[in-house]
Amino acid sequence: MRGATHAKWAACAVTVALAATACGGGGSDGGGGDGSGIVSSSWGDPQNPLEPANTNEVQGGKILDMVFRGLKRYDPKTGEAKDMIAESIDTKDAQNFTVKIKDNWKFSNGEKVTAKSFVDAWNYGANLKNNQKNAYFFGYIEGYDKVHPEKGDPSAQTLSGLKVVDDKTFTVKLSQKFSTWPDTLGYPAFAPLPKAFYDDHQGWLSKPVGNGPYKVDSYTKGSKMSLRKWDGYPGDDKARNGGVDMKVYTDNNTAYTDLMAGNLDLVDDVPASQLKNAKNDLGDRYINTPAGIIQTLAFPFYDSKWNKDGMEKVRQGLSMAINREQITETIFQKTRTPASDWTSPVLGEKGGYKEGLCGDACDYDAAKAKKLVEEGGGIPGGTLKVTYNADTGSHKEWVDAVCNSINKALGKDKACVANPVGTFADFRSKASKQELDGAWRAGWQMDYPLIQNFLEPVYFTDAPSNDGKYSDKEFDKLVNEANGETDTNKAIGKFQDAEKILAKDMPAIPLWYQNGSAGYSDKVSDVSLNQFSVPVYNEIKVN
Amino acid sequence: MGRYVIRRLLQMIPVFIGATLLIFLMVNVMGDPVAGLCGDRKCDPATATQLKKEFGLDKPVWQQYLTYMGNVFTGDFGTAFNGQKVTELMSAAFPVTIRLTVVAIVFEIVIGISLGVLTGLRRGRPVDTVVLLLTLVVISIPTFVTGLVLQLLLGVQWGVIKPSVSSEAPFNELLIPGLVLASVSLAYVTRLTRTSIAENRRADYVRTAVAKGLPRRRVITRHLLRNSLIPVVTFIGTDVGALMGGAIVTERIFNIHGVGFQLYQGILRQSTQTVVGFVTVLVLVFLVANLIVDLLYAVLDPRIRYA
Repeated sequence: MRGATHAKWAACAVTVALAATACGGGGSDGGGGDGSGIVSSSWGDPQNPLEPANTNEVQGGKILDMVFRGLKRYDPKTGEAKDMIAESIDTKDAQNFTVKIKDNWKFSNGEKVTAKSFVDAWNYGANLKNNQKNAYFFGYIEGYDKVHPEKGDPSAQTLSGLKVVDDKTFTVKLSQKFSTWPDTLGYPAFAPLPKAFYDDHQGWLSKPVGNGPYKVDSYTKGSKMSLRKWDGYPGDDKARNGGVDMKVYTDNNTAYTDLMAGNLDLVDDVPASQLKNAKNDLGDRYINTPAGIIQTLAFPFYDSKWNKDGMEKVRQGLSMAINREQITETIFQKTRTPASDWTSPVLGEKGGYKEGLCGDACDYDAAKAKKLVEEGGGIPGGTLKVTYNADTGSHKEWVDAVCNSINKALGKDKACVANPVGTFADFRSKASKQELDGAWRAGWQMDYPLIQNFLEPVYFTDAPSNDGKYSDKEFDKLVNEANGETDTNKAIGKFQDAEKILAKDMPAIPLWYQNGSAGYSDKVSDVSLNQFSVPVYNEIKVN
Repeated sequence: MGRYVIRRLLQMIPVFIGATLLIFLMVNVMGDPVAGLCGDRKCDPATATQLKKEFGLDKPVWQQYLTYMGNVFTGDFGTAFNGQKVTELMSAAFPVTIRLTVVAIVFEIVIGISLGVLTGLRRGRPVDTVVLLLTLVVISIPTFVTGLVLQLLLGVQWGVIKPSVSSEAPFNELLIPGLVLASVSLAYVTRLTRTSIAENRRADYVRTAVAKGLPRRRVITRHLLRNSLIPVVTFIGTDVGALMGGAIVTERIFNIHGVGFQLYQGILRQSTQTVVGFVTVLVLVFLVANLIVDLLYAVLDPRIRYA
């Protein structure tokens, strides 16, 4: 009896030992350089169901970028909107467009991509009863107010501005002139959808079918998605690897540790705490490139204290009191670039980015800052409260730093205080209901690389993301003119004129442009990030 | 005994209602969850209204709570914001956490009780002092430090384990996370057993057993240990609930997609349905574990009767 017990224990010990070593083995699939290797990549759990018109954050966007191709695609290097499925998009008056699509496109289930695939998908996305969070992308198309009324039920089921001409052609009528509208069509919300999407919606959501270089092999919600190269893909940006395994991490520190241990090939968001080591750990395999994200401090124009004359001087003074160089260097390890306009360098000179447009208001000058704030009548209430959400994104560090910088420049201990809010949802809820006083962090991540996207949704009167309720007639007029301008160069000039009004009024203080940071293992090469700080997965090679 | 169990079960009802109501109110106080769904921009008002209607957020809180509880009794825990049924989330998360908890409890029982018996019998000897010091060290270091250090050493430096657990989370990958999760409780179990053993060693019934000429092994396991286990069992019983709910830190470090992960995600996204659903189940686990502990007393000490 006693002997038997001993034997049992020994067996247990051996099992444990074996199990432990089993954990050590393995690793990612081999495959060699023949394009069949599998890339493993970190991922975050998408917040919304994975539908093109319902995905508004990076994590879901990554998948859409692999599984879908739309009429246009933004060049991963230059950001230029290039025709993908579109054969041509023509207009004479910047309001009526004729879209012709290429012949050879198919969904990975064999279905053909036709004009109807687009029109149906857009109608679905715009319709209020489908609850699509990106519905407003279709807001420029005529008839949007019928399918997506501000109150009550929709009075029409389809957009009156969309008409299918034949299998290869459809026409779009916009409700206003918008010359650069075709360039917005690279956004995933405009992707075509196969019939399967409507026939078996739940089934489609658990395993999306698209027309991109990858198809979904398996999807365990909340933990893993395996994507495999689709051999029938007709586009010229075919996948150069056999597939991508996306693994959900709650904590990007763990993802980074996994990368260090050779357990993961790609981390597309290096945690702030590791930025200092990343260069040492990874060498060339650390990527730090600009992305279309700008961080600003917004002000409450709905509050008369901030909206009276002279306040623009106070805001300019506050802007001058922030030492952007120092903060980006010490806190962000140069993964942010001090901002000097309201757009992003990824647009390029041609796309409307203009360095220094903000003028000396964005340069640090403590003495002048103090003078300006005093001239303008001082900070309302004597103290500027800067609200941010404390749950994600390590905002605390930089808000504290910004406040320190302001306090030092103005020579007062309590000129600026940080005001953390528990969750992002709560923060957004307060901001969108105009419940914040003082200033708050206002990030803007572009939807498409156009200067219009950095200005109109954020500063136009009553625009959806104009949380501070800034309003200026001249600015609105210039933006409208720019949208009606068919000549791109002239349009961009108008947008920049509008931006100069922002420099004068300072409705939001530009802080810095955000970079995308990523790291990868020596098992893969040709890794890069596009302007949305999303890895260009189809170009990754497995060595 | 039967009546005792029924009474205990009835007592659970108010505790259950109270606990869920509190959680429900707390999550609701945090504000409008729909605002966070649209990222850094404002949801367009029509869609926001529509979403609120769909999740039942447009009604007063008491009405939401009543509907919610009504649904819970029919097994419907609602839908999380990403469109998944909460029951679906649970069926993915609970097995993983239960495995992790089992690993942790086994560690507690095997290592904790063995060390406790060992040191209790050798009180004051060097081995006792060493173990006491060790448990002191373990208790004073926070779990996330132990976790991160083990992850770095075993996972990155020596390559013995994978630093993160795969989505299937099999038992062998959960050994180290389980040990980390168990560490603090393990130290307590050791100390509790040690004290209890040392105390009972001089009890009359032990002396009688020895005088009867029973083998030492039998005296220790049957007489001494059985009576000394009551405080330990109480502790381990309540620990089951604590481990399941408190695994957030460990699960985060090792990227285990269990209850802690879902709760964390639910709180960040202010998903009432997810948070309340998971906490409801955790409350039940707590209550049942406590009941089982109380029933185990009689098994360990036949003198205990239930009325």
